[in-house]
Amino acid sequence: MALQTEPFILNVGPQHPSTHGVFRMKVTLDGEVVVDVEPVIGYLHRGIEKMGENRTYTQIIPLTDRLDYLASLTNNLAYVLAVEKLAGIKIPERAEYLRIIMAESMRISSHLMAVGFFLNDLGAMMTPVLYMWREREKLLDLFEMVCGQRLTYNYMRIGGVSHDIPEEFLPAMKKFVTEMPGFLDEYDQLIASNEIVLVRTKGVGVLPKETAIDIGASGPVLRASGVKWDTRKADPYSIYDRFDFDIPIGAAGDNYDRYWVRMQEMRQSLRILEQAMAQLPKGEVIADVPQLLRPPVGEAYGHIEAPKGELGFYLVSDNSIAPYRFHIHPPTLINLTALKDMVVGWKIADLIVTFGSIDVVLGEIDR
Amino acid sequence: MTLLQNFRLFLDGMNWPDWAAYLVAGLVGIIVVLAFVLVLVIVFIWFERRLLGRFQIRLGPNRLGPEGIFQPLATAAKILMKEDIVPAKADKIIHWLAPVIVFVPVLLIFAVVPISQGAILSDLNVGIVYVVAVSAVSAIGIYSAGWASNNKYALIAAFRTVAQMVSYEFPLVLAIIGVVLMAGSLSMTEIVESQTIPYIILQPLGFVIFFLCTIAEMNRSPFDLLEADSEIVAGYHIEYSGMKFAMFYLGEYGHALAYACIVTTLFLSGWKGPFLPPILWFIIKVFLVFGTIVWMRATLPRLRVDQLMGFAWKGLLPMAIINLFIVAAEVLWLPEINLWILVVVNIAAAGILVLLWSRLFTLGGGRVEV
Repeated sequence: MALQTEPFILNVGPQHPSTHGVFRMKVTLDGEVVVDVEPVIGYLHRGIEKMGENRTYTQIIPLTDRLDYLASLTNNLAYVLAVEKLAGIKIPERAEYLRIIMAESMRISSHLMAVGFFLNDLGAMMTPVLYMWREREKLLDLFEMVCGQRLTYNYMRIGGVSHDIPEEFLPAMKKFVTEMPGFLDEYDQLIASNEIVLVRTKGVGVLPKETAIDIGASGPVLRASGVKWDTRKADPYSIYDRFDFDIPIGAAGDNYDRYWVRMQEMRQSLRILEQAMAQLPKGEVIADVPQLLRPPVGEAYGHIEAPKGELGFYLVSDNSIAPYRFHIHPPTLINLTALKDMVVGWKIADLIVTFGSIDVVLGEIDR
Repeated sequence: MTLLQNFRLFLDGMNWPDWAAYLVAGLVGIIVVLAFVLVLVIVFIWFERRLLGRFQIRLGPNRLGPEGIFQPLATAAKILMKEDIVPAKADKIIHWLAPVIVFVPVLLIFAVVPISQGAILSDLNVGIVYVVAVSAVSAIGIYSAGWASNNKYALIAAFRTVAQMVSYEFPLVLAIIGVVLMAGSLSMTEIVESQTIPYIILQPLGFVIFFLCTIAEMNRSPFDLLEADSEIVAGYHIEYSGMKFAMFYLGEYGHALAYACIVTTLFLSGWKGPFLPPILWFIIKVFLVFGTIVWMRATLPRLRVDQLMGFAWKGLLPMAIINLFIVAAEVLWLPEINLWILVVVNIAAAGILVLLWSRLFTLGGGRVEV
């Protein structure tokens, strides 16, 4: 007599150690094997888009901090770029460079968290995370030096940045940039030569190139699948065309490649940081922009390569002090749609790891 | 003649009735062993937390008492004050019974652990068989905890328990047989006494297999699938709180202590060592073993369930069988040989086998079509 078995539904989240916030997955399991995944989002919905329509353009900047709260500065950047596009504002040279310096350090900080928690999901209990945190902490100290905050910076302004960097910032940043490659080598050696990490990540959670393009994935998730697409190169915003850097791409599109691409991107960010600090000009850091900005009637879409992918802000102006429509294109929401394709047929442990490898932040997904 | 038997004879000599001497001596022995175990378990908890802190570039608990040594007591007090919650649809009797089934066998193991010459509660002539038999009972407790909780996470953990515990029992026992063959006895005391060279050097392969199996048996990283934090939250004890949770907690550390003692006895020549008193040597070795386990926990990620099975059945089991044949051949045909020659031969064999196996097979399967 054949044994009767049936799949069962497991609720992963919203309260779960590995959902990176309040995310819920309705997972259908056949024993340990994942048959179906249905993501349920909205537990962190704060209505940021609607709130934005009732605020002045400058007042929206702190709201953007609360989207992807592990990469607030790049959110700031994407938003102010969109507003500047809408209102046609030119910004001072020095502010451009400061923005790049902050955005690239933010990328390193965000990727450190992503890689650390990815390994935590693999079961390496807290140790890698804490080592990554050690480096991130140095960056947070630098950010604190500049704008007094450690998580929600609210640093960028329409027309520049809120204030200039203090004297001690550049030497400290230079020290960080020279030390960091050594740490990255160390982490690479520890992680990439660990047999268990390799068997757990190589070939697991593969996202084929075609699927990645079809769903509109972006960021490390897309590049790990072998697509050479980076907004910094494909549609250079700010002053990215002045820097020399490479776009690392993966081959297989598996969990290991997503980890590897992030490690390489940190190295590239360090290269950009070095160049930006060398070229940093003197001068003003903010253009003369009216307090109550009234952009001309029209619409603008500003997008940047945020640490997690292509982050865009769509703004419609009716010539009043608040945007008529304020829409956010969050990268991780789009990347998350690939989850089911990546995990069906793998074990529940792989589901957690693959989910971690997408590197989602719920603040951005639920908005 | 153990210390306990001496004590009983002493009471007999004081003209105590036979039954009273037996009872008093037994009770004293039990209390001494329990005190030893519980104190060491508390020190273990502190030791692990401090050591993990060092591995993770932080300090670990250091506030309560010197170097935070009393932190486990505070933790225990906190746990005991928690409300005891039983899920509405849980199987109440089994839910209540499971922590006991997990905890009691752990204590039973210590009856045959020789802490020093003669310092053993009962020098059973089948000591090591008793250890294997008793420690396997814990699996039933964990399974019933997962089953009775009426929670899907706990249920997954329960399924994993059965698979993992049963799979790792085979290589574990085979590795023990290697030691038993060489020692020529099943008694724990005699195994220690027969070690002129510690078996860790004489049977390195057996030691590695046994050590990995014990880590799997006590559900510690990288084999901690039963309570895989990032996957199934807390596994089988997800629905436990208060004293019942404390029993699991104590059981887990008691298990670690018990297996550290067994590893010390079987492979690290127990209480033997120069200069220091035997009991101190024993405790030093136990802490060394436990420190290695904590080190692994701090370093390694977790295996997946199919990789875990593959490692047991494709890796450890064949190697354990080959190791057993090597040891048996040595005992049968070369009984008079200088042991140091065997040391060289066995280390070479272990190296070759491990290399060969790492080339021959890969861990685990891939995607399942659904």
